[in-house]
Amino acid sequence: MLENYLPVLLFILVGLVFGVVPLLAGFVLGPRRPGAEKQSPYECGFEAFEDSRMKFDVRYYLVAILFIIFDLEIAFLFPWAVVLDDIGLFGILAMGLFVGLLLVGFLYEWKKGALEWE
Amino acid sequence: MFETFETLFWIFAKIWAVLIPLFLAVAYFTYMERRVIGHMQDRRGPNRVGYKGLLQPFADALKLLFKEISVPTHANRVLFLLAPALSIGPAVAVWAVIPFADGWVVADINAGLLYILAMTSLGVYGIIVAGWASNSKYALLGTLRASAQVVSYEIAMGFALVGVLMAAGTMNLSGIVEAQAGPFWNWFWLPLLPLFLVYWVSGVAETNRAPFDVAEGESEIVAGFHVEYSGMAFAVFFLAEYANMILICVIAAVMFLGGWYSPFHGVPVLGPALDWVPGIVWLLLKAGFFAFCYLWFRATFPRYRYDQIMRLGWKVLIPVTVVWLVVLTVLIYAGVGPWF
Repeated sequence: MLENYLPVLLFILVGLVFGVVPLLAGFVLGPRRPGAEKQSPYECGFEAFEDSRMKFDVRYYLVAILFIIFDLEIAFLFPWAVVLDDIGLFGILAMGLFVGLLLVGFLYEWKKGALEWE
Repeated sequence: MFETFETLFWIFAKIWAVLIPLFLAVAYFTYMERRVIGHMQDRRGPNRVGYKGLLQPFADALKLLFKEISVPTHANRVLFLLAPALSIGPAVAVWAVIPFADGWVVADINAGLLYILAMTSLGVYGIIVAGWASNSKYALLGTLRASAQVVSYEIAMGFALVGVLMAAGTMNLSGIVEAQAGPFWNWFWLPLLPLFLVYWVSGVAETNRAPFDVAEGESEIVAGFHVEYSGMAFAVFFLAEYANMILICVIAAVMFLGGWYSPFHGVPVLGPALDWVPGIVWLLLKAGFFAFCYLWFRATFPRYRYDQIMRLGWKVLIPVTVVWLVVLTVLIYAGVGPWF
């Protein structure tokens, strides 16, 4: 069974090679003529002002936190969905309770305006 | 010892048998994009390099190969150069579990669907690292938008795929296709129609394509997270993006449209009449239709506003999937139709 995963591992390695080899080829074959203007951050031709490590909206954090909760929920749903035929009514009701609790949380976020972007 | 080498040789042969067609498909997908959108806008598109412009993708690749890779002074050098690998690695590796026809799969693993979700989730690291390491305002803004959008739509997509799992009862992709054996009304698109639509909409949003392309909106933040990348570094991001688009198309065909089965599989007269067509042709036709839709959307729809994108993801698609999962549970428990 486990030897089925060997091609996966090799595939991941080949994938990473595709991130390294083109860059090396580009560095070898392309010219290198750096300049102060060329290496400055792109800002539509203006001189760059302020630092670009700037503050950003807290809502992006909120989305990330909500994502973790829901993604975990999906991770729990996966094994449940596979054995759905075997676990019968009890399994369905148990998952219904679990998802129901999360849905109450989801509705609370919605009403609190955590999902608003204006 | 010799046997180990032989096994490794065959695995690598299979990997290349998947990757070379994949890269050709990416090359000609970009060509197709420019031609199709050209014709939709009453232009010709590229037609100079080679017969009808067919060598255009290779001309573009060669041009990028001989361009300078410029690294901005303020950028974090290591992360800046690592980001393209983080982006392309998962985009390539995910193809390990895709079944192209009956038995045509590099790694026939039971956790196939889980592996796909894991790999597509890893892709977002490439975006985050690229945007942060560039140390440029446009790149950072593009990264924030792209990553928030990708993670939001990943939830809707995950729920939609849970529906497929419930219907198929296995995470093995070949098993999912086999669970759909039969004519086109046996495939999962019909009982899972809302999930199918949600999957496709979130697939378009996942890859940051029009009409959900605010992350790289040319007219406001120029190119988003890869604005500071040039030459081959840019080409690698480009490759990853298009490989991901083709992946979304192929997964849509595998999960909802019966993979390698012909639309009349098992029908008395038409079924045997179409038996000579190899399975991969059907898969490619189905995936090709979705690929065409990508281009069609780009030529047709105006761009969504960012708040509209987030509202669609959180307030429309996620509730729709949750409701349909409940309906689906009832349908499966009652054993409705030819599907369950």
